Amino acid sequence: MTTAQQQRGLHWFQALAGDAQSIPGLPASLRVADGELGGQAVRYLAVIADADNPFPRARNGEVGLLEGWGLAQAVDEAIEADRDQAHKRALIAIVDVPSQAYGRREEAYGIHQALAGAVDAYARARLAGHAVIGLLVGKAMSGAFLAHGYQANRLIALRDAGVMVHAMGKAAAARITLRSVDELEALAASVPPMAYDLDNYASLGLLAEVLNVEQVTQPTATDLSRVKDALSRTLADIAEAPRDLRNRLGAANRAASSRVREALRAQW
Amino acid sequence: MAEQNIQRLLAQRSFTELGARERARALLDAGSFRELLDPFARLMSPWLPKQGIVPQADDGVVVAKGLIDGQPAVVIAIEGAFQGGSLGEVGGAKIAGALELAVEDNKAGTPTRAVLLLETGGVRLQEANLGLAAIAEIQAAIVELRQYQPVIGLVAGPVGCFGGMSIAAGLCSYLLVTREARLGLNGPQVIEQEAGLDEYDSRDRPFIWSLTGGEQRHASSLVDGYVSDDVEAIRSELHGLFAKGKPELERSRRHAWFLERLRAVDTSVQADAAAVRSAYQGA
Repeated sequence: MTTAQQQRGLHWFQALAGDAQSIPGLPASLRVADGELGGQAVRYLAVIADADNPFPRARNGEVGLLEGWGLAQAVDEAIEADRDQAHKRALIAIVDVPSQAYGRREEAYGIHQALAGAVDAYARARLAGHAVIGLLVGKAMSGAFLAHGYQANRLIALRDAGVMVHAMGKAAAARITLRSVDELEALAASVPPMAYDLDNYASLGLLAEVLNVEQVTQPTATDLSRVKDALSRTLADIAEAPRDLRNRLGAANRAASSRVREALRAQW
Repeated sequence: MAEQNIQRLLAQRSFTELGARERARALLDAGSFRELLDPFARLMSPWLPKQGIVPQADDGVVVAKGLIDGQPAVVIAIEGAFQGGSLGEVGGAKIAGALELAVEDNKAGTPTRAVLLLETGGVRLQEANLGLAAIAEIQAAIVELRQYQPVIGLVAGPVGCFGGMSIAAGLCSYLLVTREARLGLNGPQVIEQEAGLDEYDSRDRPFIWSLTGGEQRHASSLVDGYVSDDVEAIRSELHGLFAKGKPELERSRRHAWFLERLRAVDTSVQADAAAVRSAYQGA
């Protein structure tokens, strides 16, 4: 069963948002609600499986046309509502996205532009001073993760085999790189950025924190309080930090990313 | 008349036939081209040799500073001929780092503008998660730089622009395409792999061009300009757009308009080019 079929995103959304009503006017595949966390205003956002999605290739929690533009709307509304507020609500993207939607309708109607809408909104929110956190509770794949989570000030992941960040599923990646799935797996074992597991991903320095939980698919009270503590701590950390993504640099497995920037600056 | 046409054709210089370095040089004002981290800097992918793949000394990305229409500019060109224009750690960091420095310039009062020449399949799968991370940073930098100066993307072909970089294209202030261009999130092979031949036949080139080709993207208002494959025509289009300044509202901010149109689409039938053009009329 995939992490989206387990409804991890929905369960974590329900646990974190509690009784808050989901904001109306959005596609049925989105759950968005405002709440409070450690005395701060927050907006929780999740993409969930919707068996009745009008776009048939986006029924299993994929980020498609409606999801990309819908996230853009939900985030943009928060930016507008807090425009004149000194304290802007935080945005918590609960990430359990198996992929972007792969289909003819999607390409034809410009799914790249829909996902750009979501990226745009999250990035503008961060630049406007909203703290943005990506909470990885399941899969965080490729374009879907770019649209929902990857623009966050900080990324937090739960430690579980189902929590996975990658650019492409194994079968398709093998086909495109002209390898067998076995060959791909063998390479992934020795090349950290190609690996599909969380520890290898963590070695790239992109995560602020990895949290242990008891029941990743249906959080216990202990899990919930541990995650809320981590989110509060991270919000305090973000409040003191620059609004860019520089905090993701510095890991040994990502040394070239820093070296290139230093060399560019020297020649600029 | 025939004489005039012949003169015009003789004066044309193809842009798509140029490599990345020549493309960047062609768009900057004469004599102003200065490449940063050129091949002699030897900043190469640390990950390709581990997989038996020969790296390239510029990792397939050319960053050049200079002037466009007399104003400070950085042109970033992806070389489609190296690994399908795919972005790994080094090439991705070159693009993100250059855009970040252009943001710093603008904050300090130097109005550096950026042009992105997009010939890319997206993430380089041999460096998967580092390519994806770099693309997130490129996207962040485009959104930030766009606040100060237009960021203009150009998809000339023949590779086209796919994957995470098609999302980056969608963030640009203005996006230009030629007839040779294709623009889409998912490459045809990947869609066929994930969704099956009935959904998307990756070998049916006319079908793919009809949905994702430059002409269709322009006719359905998903790009801002449709240019001929001619250096001078492209230069003059760039000058015009930079002179125009930032758009009133970037395409990637128009969620209300797109959601309204998409909700009216009959999704029980498969999409075709005409339906998309009709749905996105009046953009």
